[in-house]
Amino acid sequence: MDPLTLSLLVPPVSGVACLLAWNSPAWRKFCGVAGMAALLASALWLMADVSANGIRVLAVGNWPAPFGIVMVADLTAAIMVLVTAITGLAVAVYSLAEIDEGREKHGYFAFLHFMLFGVCGAFLTGDIFNMFVWFEVMLISSFVLMALGGERPQLEGAVKYVVLNLISSAFFLAACGILYAKLGTLNLADLAVRARELADPALLTVTASLFLVAFGLKAGIFPLYFWLPASYHTPPVAVSAVFAGLLTKVGVYALIRVFTLVFDQDIGFTHSLLLVLAGLTMVTGVLGAVVQYDFRRLLSFHIISQIGYMILGLALFTPLALAGAVFYIFHHIIVKANLFLISGVAHKLGGTFDLKKLGGLYRSAPLVAILFFIPAMSLGGIPPLSGFFAKFAVVKASLAGDSVHGTAAAFLAAVALAVGLLTLFSMTKIWAEAFWKKAPSDSPPPRRMAAREAALLLGPIAGLAAITLAIGFAPEFFFSFAERAAGQLLDPREYIRAVTGEAP
Amino acid sequence: MELVLAITIGALFAAAAYLLLRRSIVKLVLGIALLSQAVNLVILTAPGLRVGASPFVPGDSTALAPGAADPLPQALILTAIVISFGVLAFSLALFQRADKSVGSDDLDDLKNTDA
Repeated sequence: MDPLTLSLLVPPVSGVACLLAWNSPAWRKFCGVAGMAALLASALWLMADVSANGIRVLAVGNWPAPFGIVMVADLTAAIMVLVTAITGLAVAVYSLAEIDEGREKHGYFAFLHFMLFGVCGAFLTGDIFNMFVWFEVMLISSFVLMALGGERPQLEGAVKYVVLNLISSAFFLAACGILYAKLGTLNLADLAVRARELADPALLTVTASLFLVAFGLKAGIFPLYFWLPASYHTPPVAVSAVFAGLLTKVGVYALIRVFTLVFDQDIGFTHSLLLVLAGLTMVTGVLGAVVQYDFRRLLSFHIISQIGYMILGLALFTPLALAGAVFYIFHHIIVKANLFLISGVAHKLGGTFDLKKLGGLYRSAPLVAILFFIPAMSLGGIPPLSGFFAKFAVVKASLAGDSVHGTAAAFLAAVALAVGLLTLFSMTKIWAEAFWKKAPSDSPPPRRMAAREAALLLGPIAGLAAITLAIGFAPEFFFSFAERAAGQLLDPREYIRAVTGEAP
Repeated sequence: MELVLAITIGALFAAAAYLLLRRSIVKLVLGIALLSQAVNLVILTAPGLRVGASPFVPGDSTALAPGAADPLPQALILTAIVISFGVLAFSLALFQRADKSVGSDDLDDLKNTDA
């Protein structure tokens, strides 16, 4: 058994175990959490293995590439699987206290595991059509998690979420078909080889645009993000958190994968387009957030603006910028999932998500306030927290001037900094409204949480906050991994050699 | 033959886009169904159609002989059909629940969660 196979086996096995324990809530919950812990252990093993021994390849059914499907774990994929497992474990523990009996009975934990199965598969696959299949595995489970419970806002949100994601899948599939027609293969490494041999990359650029639309819809980049703030605040908080942390980042990962490995012939066009979209995504996302007064809607708009920073890293296409993008994704998933989890605690204490009606939480629950302060300031980019170093890397790369975009990149650095300021502004808005100001006179007295409930809700939040602090105080350790990952992304020869066994 | 299919694909995409933009939730489902059919035809047509050719690889080779039919697009379409069938079944159930819960099949009445 190798760590790559194990990371792909653990989620479905735990999911099925949750289904088999259909008549025992205790066993379902045990399988739900233990499965996540096992996934985390296996992801750590995978990370250590890939870091020490280089890219790991699994030829499914022993069919050699490019004929069979391969699963490939390079450093970027391993990092993504690791952060998936961390988020999964935190959300599973939180769910023990947050998810009601009805949802839990109808397979909440099973679908959570099946969704992470799809997410891990999408990160690890080395085949573009197989990536489509993993996306569908992830999507159908996420559809269920979104609608499970059947409350009216959930169903309304789910309709938009489902339709837009199905349209994105249609684009993805059509793009796969056209790419196959042009290059005659679906294996990513083989695609990379053949794309470089192509005399006229014009049609490939058209296909790249189709992939940009497909993955952009899933990632929530401008102008394709409207489904996100309309749906992410409707399901239970635990579901919101795992969606907010992971799902859009699968789209970003897919963009990074295809735009570094396959579509890097005409970066003057494709990556300039990405640069413009990155800027617009950052600005529109943060402006949407500034006017919001609903805790989770505000955070949803921040997902969009933060996606812009990651796309900016990809668009610049220099080693530092890509390392910044990978580092940014890792930091962002942890911080964003954590903020959503805290919004759930604030809702439990204050009885509402409306910031105007919340208040006085700093006085009634100082620990929650501190736990909010850490990820919120990290998102705003305050040193020495993780967000500062993520933003620093991306902005420094924009100012370096060694990208193909020249001075236009420096302009984006200014945009990124201005957006950072507005992010900080809206985070302080939450702080001032929910935590700092006095509770409105008509609000109910703050609810107290039982010890068990508080431990299950605050434990994962504290764990994620500790990771944020660890990244903040030892950024060099984490950034060295991101830099090596970026090196592999920018020079795909190692990837191609690992998959096809031949030097390109 | 490619020309006929290309026109068909275009017509299917156009019809799907039209249906997706209507306000009725039933037309939305039909639009999704047509969209996936259009995409399946793209996969079938894009690598080129060969009438009467066999999809065999010669014994001493690892690649299809020139002029042979390519079996892979059909395998892809089969996968895509299965997935789109399942997803369509799910969305029918979801839309039915949404219609019941909102009490209207007009998508304009589903705007309560919009930002």
